[in-house]
Amino acid sequence: MTITEKILAHHAGKDSVVPGELIMAKLDVVLANDITAPLGIEEFRKAGAKKVFDKDKIVLVADHFTPNKDIKSAEQVKYMRDFAREQEITHFYDVGQMGIEHALLPEQGLVLPGDAILGADSHTCTYGAVGAFSTGSGSTDFASAMITGEAWFKVPESMKFVFNGKLNKWVGGKDLILYIIGDIGVDGALYRAMEFAGSAISSLSMDGRLTMCNMAIEAGGKSGIVPPDDITLEYVKPRAKREFKIYASDTDAKYCDIRDYDASKIEPQVAFPFKPENTKGISEVGNVNIDQSVIGSCTNGRMEDLRIAAGILKGKKVHPYVRLIVLPGTQTIYLQALREGLIEIFVEAGGVVSTPTCGPCLGGHMGVLANGERSISTTNRNFRGRMGHIDSEVYLSGPAIAAASAVLGRIASPEEIGK
Amino acid sequence: MKLTGKAWKFGDDVNTDEIIPARYLNVSDAFELAAHCMEDIDPDFMKKISKGDIIVADKNFGCGSSREHAPLAIKTAGISCVIAKSFARIFYRNSINIGLPILECAEAASKISEGDQIEIDLSSGTIINLTKKETYKSHPFPEFMQKIISAGGLMNYVTQRD
Repeated sequence: MTITEKILAHHAGKDSVVPGELIMAKLDVVLANDITAPLGIEEFRKAGAKKVFDKDKIVLVADHFTPNKDIKSAEQVKYMRDFAREQEITHFYDVGQMGIEHALLPEQGLVLPGDAILGADSHTCTYGAVGAFSTGSGSTDFASAMITGEAWFKVPESMKFVFNGKLNKWVGGKDLILYIIGDIGVDGALYRAMEFAGSAISSLSMDGRLTMCNMAIEAGGKSGIVPPDDITLEYVKPRAKREFKIYASDTDAKYCDIRDYDASKIEPQVAFPFKPENTKGISEVGNVNIDQSVIGSCTNGRMEDLRIAAGILKGKKVHPYVRLIVLPGTQTIYLQALREGLIEIFVEAGGVVSTPTCGPCLGGHMGVLANGERSISTTNRNFRGRMGHIDSEVYLSGPAIAAASAVLGRIASPEEIGK
Repeated sequence: MKLTGKAWKFGDDVNTDEIIPARYLNVSDAFELAAHCMEDIDPDFMKKISKGDIIVADKNFGCGSSREHAPLAIKTAGISCVIAKSFARIFYRNSINIGLPILECAEAASKISEGDQIEIDLSSGTIINLTKKETYKSHPFPEFMQKIISAGGLMNYVTQRD
């Protein structure tokens, strides 16, 4: 069996499962945010439920339109907050404690190896990076899971992506996952579990792995996963407040597809509008001027991302025609960036630093684009109108390209700075 | 259950930001959401459609965000069914859960033209193109899924069953 099949079998109380099999699985974590929770809470009430199955296993994070961007958003968050208080939800994160959910949960040790996790947010697939089965759902599945602590799943086929070779300078997890999506397309892993392996993954940091699993959904994947190793254990051990279980794929595990990539041949990637599959290597981008650069989000708002960006921006100035917006993923990351002097570097360069929020990624607030404007962004989606006006454009990249582009005013590699 | 309406055609990879842009997600009210249904892919969609009409699309319909607001907006707008070559998985599950019938049928998706009058029998999975006088076969919904749809969604189905 693959690691995904083993985790699902365990949570279904079975010795083994096969792809296509329908199972009822017990859940370790059930998650929602300020956009998806209100609909789910309505469904919870509609079903006549009085109590959640376990107040310690539900996580509610107010991260999308917070700090409240308008009255309607404030009402949505209040609705979720009132529910959290009524149900005495242990892990409810409000402004001040909250971070972007998929940066926050791993950081706080709420998601652990071997877990089965359901979240009413498509990027819930992020937690595969710690070796969990984790997938996104809608609000009704979230409501049902809050009541029963279970969800039904069709066991997905697994697809394996093997990266061997040394990563080039400025290439990170974002570039690898964009490269995959460029290769297989936005539905190339539809309904499947995406398993990442190979020497380049073994040496990839946790932050890089979280970025990769985060965008499994952008290839249509049900989940992404990196089998746990020493790097995983070093990350989760000091954070875990409960037991967890390490699984690995068997050597004879069955995959519907195995793809081998030479990591040393991959250059920094940029996804052109309006699909994450429209990828190009940075050398093929050409002259694309930008109005905004966004560094942050559940994809790339972690310490490593901020350090890379600050390393490029130190002593430089943001191009006069560009607005640089930096969003640390959580309060802990914010504080760490402050202590390391990164915030100072961003501000001195002429960038702004925001409180953690999903804001600009989905055109909510804190960096909405006007008609005809263009943003380079370390976020995960470049759909039409995603960051604002329907005729604005989003180009996706890792933090190195986004930082260099902010300085040069066009999409460019850090190698071009100072030339 | 029989559904009848006019077909509205869309291409590949229609995402949930196009179905209901995030800027409208500061509410959960289904009617407010429906007012902006498909706005970023066809701003006049809500003016053009009539109750019972059918969306017909190519591959990977509903990709992107997990927002249940997307199928909810489509259903509340009065669309009776979505037919596509394939669906993104979260959208598929959400649609069934809120009681929006959706059918995978590559033949129907490629042969139906915009404006064709379509009749659908969910129990047999039959799609009849009344304009072109053609019939396409999709997989029929199993009985429990038909019951979820006619109850108006999973939660209604579960509470009615108890």
